Amino acid sequence: QAHFRELGREPSACELETLAQTWSEHCKHKTLTGVIEFEEPGRDPERIDNLLKSTIARATHELDRDFCVSVFVDNAGILAFEDGWDVCIKVETHNHPSAIDPYGGAGTGIGGVIRDVLGAGLGAKPIASTDCFFVGPPDTAREAVPKGTLHPRRILRGVVAGVRDYGNRMGIPTVNGGVWFDERYIANPLVYAGTVGLLPHSASHKEVRPGDLVVAVGGRTGRDGIHGATFSSVPLHEESEEVSASAVQIGDPITEKRVLDALLQARDRGLYRGITDCGAGGFSSAVGEMGEECGVEVDLSRVPLKYHGLSSHEIWISEAQERMVLAVPPEHEEQLLALFAAEDVEAVVLGAFTDDRRLRVKDQGELICELDMGFLHDGTPRPVRKASWSPPDLPDPGCPAAGDTGEVILGLLGALNIQSKEWIVRQYDHEVQGRSVAKPFVGERSDGPGDAAVLQPLADSRRGLTIACGTNPAYGLLDPYAMAAAAIDEALRNAVAVGADPDYAALLDNFSWGNCDLPDRLGSLVKASQACYDAAKAYGAPFVSGKDSLNNEYQVGDRTISIPPTLLITCLARVPDVGRVVTMDAKRADNKLFLVGRTRVELGGSHYLELCGLAGGRVPQPDLAEAPGLLRTLHACIADGLVASCHDLSEGGLAVAAAEMAFAGCLGVSLYLQAVPAEDSSGADADAVRLFSESCTRFLCEVAPEHAADFAARFEHGACAEIGAVTSSDVLRIHGTSGGTVAEVPIEDLRRAFQGGFQG
Amino acid sequence: MNESQELRTLVVRTAGINCDEEAVRAFEGAGSKVELLHLNALIAEPARLASAHILVVPGGFSYGDDVAAGRVFGVELRQHLFEEIQAFLAQGGYVLGICNGFQVLVELGLFEPGVPPEERSIALTDNASNRFEARWVTLRAEASAAAWLPAGQTYPCPVAHAEGRLVVRDDAAFRRLEERGQIALRYVSPGQVASGQADGPVAYPDNPNGSIGDVAGLTDPTGRVLGLMPHLERNLTPWNHPRWTRLPARDEGEGAAFFRSLVDAAAGRTLTHA
Repeated sequence: QAHFRELGREPSACELETLAQTWSEHCKHKTLTGVIEFEEPGRDPERIDNLLKSTIARATHELDRDFCVSVFVDNAGILAFEDGWDVCIKVETHNHPSAIDPYGGAGTGIGGVIRDVLGAGLGAKPIASTDCFFVGPPDTAREAVPKGTLHPRRILRGVVAGVRDYGNRMGIPTVNGGVWFDERYIANPLVYAGTVGLLPHSASHKEVRPGDLVVAVGGRTGRDGIHGATFSSVPLHEESEEVSASAVQIGDPITEKRVLDALLQARDRGLYRGITDCGAGGFSSAVGEMGEECGVEVDLSRVPLKYHGLSSHEIWISEAQERMVLAVPPEHEEQLLALFAAEDVEAVVLGAFTDDRRLRVKDQGELICELDMGFLHDGTPRPVRKASWSPPDLPDPGCPAAGDTGEVILGLLGALNIQSKEWIVRQYDHEVQGRSVAKPFVGERSDGPGDAAVLQPLADSRRGLTIACGTNPAYGLLDPYAMAAAAIDEALRNAVAVGADPDYAALLDNFSWGNCDLPDRLGSLVKASQACYDAAKAYGAPFVSGKDSLNNEYQVGDRTISIPPTLLITCLARVPDVGRVVTMDAKRADNKLFLVGRTRVELGGSHYLELCGLAGGRVPQPDLAEAPGLLRTLHACIADGLVASCHDLSEGGLAVAAAEMAFAGCLGVSLYLQAVPAEDSSGADADAVRLFSESCTRFLCEVAPEHAADFAARFEHGACAEIGAVTSSDVLRIHGTSGGTVAEVPIEDLRRAFQGGFQG
Repeated sequence: MNESQELRTLVVRTAGINCDEEAVRAFEGAGSKVELLHLNALIAEPARLASAHILVVPGGFSYGDDVAAGRVFGVELRQHLFEEIQAFLAQGGYVLGICNGFQVLVELGLFEPGVPPEERSIALTDNASNRFEARWVTLRAEASAAAWLPAGQTYPCPVAHAEGRLVVRDDAAFRRLEERGQIALRYVSPGQVASGQADGPVAYPDNPNGSIGDVAGLTDPTGRVLGLMPHLERNLTPWNHPRWTRLPARDEGEGAAFFRSLVDAAAGRTLTHA
């Protein structure tokens, strides 16, 4: 207001819309970049100026890894991959639209993140997608679903179909993902969609020069997606479904595929020098951002419309899909327009970039918006928020003994968050483009859950690329710091398990939290962010991109349901040689099994305690002094060809990892728990700790007898132990710490338990 | 037909085609020159077809598969290029349609030459599972009019489609396909292949879509048109196979040999297999 008082005039409707869009939480991350006053019992209060800069971005800047080509500035993080080639990655949250319209919301979510990759640098070819969903349990009773909310089954089927139909039509393999069930997601499901792109290194930087033309390409503009950015930044409520439906856009993958086909040709012919996607805020954000450094003037009467009757400001802020904006040197105008026409893609000149640092928008000959770029982009108000954190007051349940260990293992394999998600994976084309090296499901019958997919991006190079993820919302409510560090460890160990080099690994953070105006929610966000800094520094893995969604609460009457704090960590890592990739299925009888990593009494948030009906406990937290070295040593073993199979230990611990290796390889496994190096404590059953603890940085590795001595010698004492063998029997046999057999389960029973349950 | 030694393959794409890149890679790997052309450009300059030896319609979702899979692309080709394609075939040209491309060739009527569209007796329709599925299958080349395909050879490769189930109007129509040697590729069970007893019908998921007679690919009566649902072009490298980490080291994927067989045949070379 002060700004316009100085100017001596009232802002126009269009100007207000522009400011609202640009300054919305969705576009500016006011919370993460604001000032936070943080309190924690036993510590001095802390004033945090810009949480994002002081944790996540700080780790990246301090690490200063040479493979980071462009981070936090472009539509996606860009990394060096191979001589002359870079890769880029972006992961988006698309939560609120998916709650209201699961199919359309998920489709536009993936469509949007694909455009981020198309708009990264001068445009990248999308080569892989990753999709993670957090939804309510499929068996939720109808009465338990709040008014105005769709049933979790309908939401899950809808988002799967949305990703399938958009991703498959675009011809982008969906190679990675996951689904997590929790009743607190019933009213507020989370949908994360990510895409990886491949681009020539020479195309990794963009610019805009005064005089360049503003060219809009792709789909037409309609009334869909009006106020999407501002809608995403407020909590959902009962009437969201009715009043906000026009805020969800309508996706058309074939139009986007046309844009992709035309764009990459135009890029390779050097016909434009700047590009961005039309995402949240539509033209207002895209044009405003591109012209930030120099100034820009556009004429909305040139925008191709889906139908008549749109007002100027609707055209300006519409989030209609499949649109990109290019900065085109005037001398290339004709060639560029001809190329797009040949591919049946509309391309129109909307205006030009200027040199006066002003944003000017005209419609029908009238000037409807004139704003100073400095004010638009730096005038955001900076709120001060209070945050506090104190751990929940729960007694430590320790680790009770399992009654029937075999039954517990079957129960864990059938648990919602462990059981097979093959019904989803098979609906995604994860083979298109022919780059697949390790599939989502591996093993003798292609039904074992791989730790991460691996691609070979370039046909003439054996270098591979893996996309892995880590998350565990069950840990977050107990200890958000441990949860975040564990998620980073999990993403990295999934990548290392298939053969990736932990010294060439980049991370992405996607935070979905409850209402961060409330000090406890914001406090757990602060703790998680601090863990991100500490862990990224320890592992040497920089954050290269991220996104947050901070208002995931749902109001029913005067009751508020908040999601558990949910941090999804995605890891993009390089595999030195695809020929050395390792899968998790047991390969040959008489090979030895080694456990890498130390087992502690860490069962807080574990599947075992959940099965026992117990809450609380110590949450798994990686030992940041030891973990990075373990990852490097294991990577060297894999790169040297010493490892026949490798599976990371996560949900369900050693028992689940061993069971999955066995049935995936159609071979037996024998384990001797006496040999497992583990911490012991009173109140914790020695066998149950060894089998079900979810301590971080652990792997079960199969090693041929001739490599066993070499493998074992590379690890420090206590960090690796031979604990069993692959057998030609068809059972998983577990010998307890006191010598006797505590479980003997046929592998076909294990397979059946894993494959049972909800299958769509 | 071009008389020069250089073998030329034309890959035609349009909106929604998305397997063109791996198709180009497959033919280049088999020693062909490859031209990738948008349908608009081919319609503007149909002579480019005449100078090619092989025409390829790759997979994808042409025009979103609106109406029915491959329908719009098939109609476009019939309207604008039907005579040119007929002439191309008459001169000895080869045509390959993969997945969506197979659906397009069925729409074009190449497997039932001379039969008007309303009297056709074969179609590709919704999978028996009623959903899109991506999974690996094993194909076996049958003794067929496509003599360039080594009968008995098996090829593992992925399928990825929602509408790949071959249906025929009646038994007579299926018998006609058999009698004319049009059944070029069948789904077989990898277990049967391994144990040497590779005959008899196979069940889901080895037959991934419920195709009649386990048919995965058809040829026309000349043996020079081949359409198939599975993606052999996604099994070119030693590391594409889903179980390569369980197998001895390999030099290439099984798909590579398939494309060499086709390129050799189109070049009129002596077949490399006995």
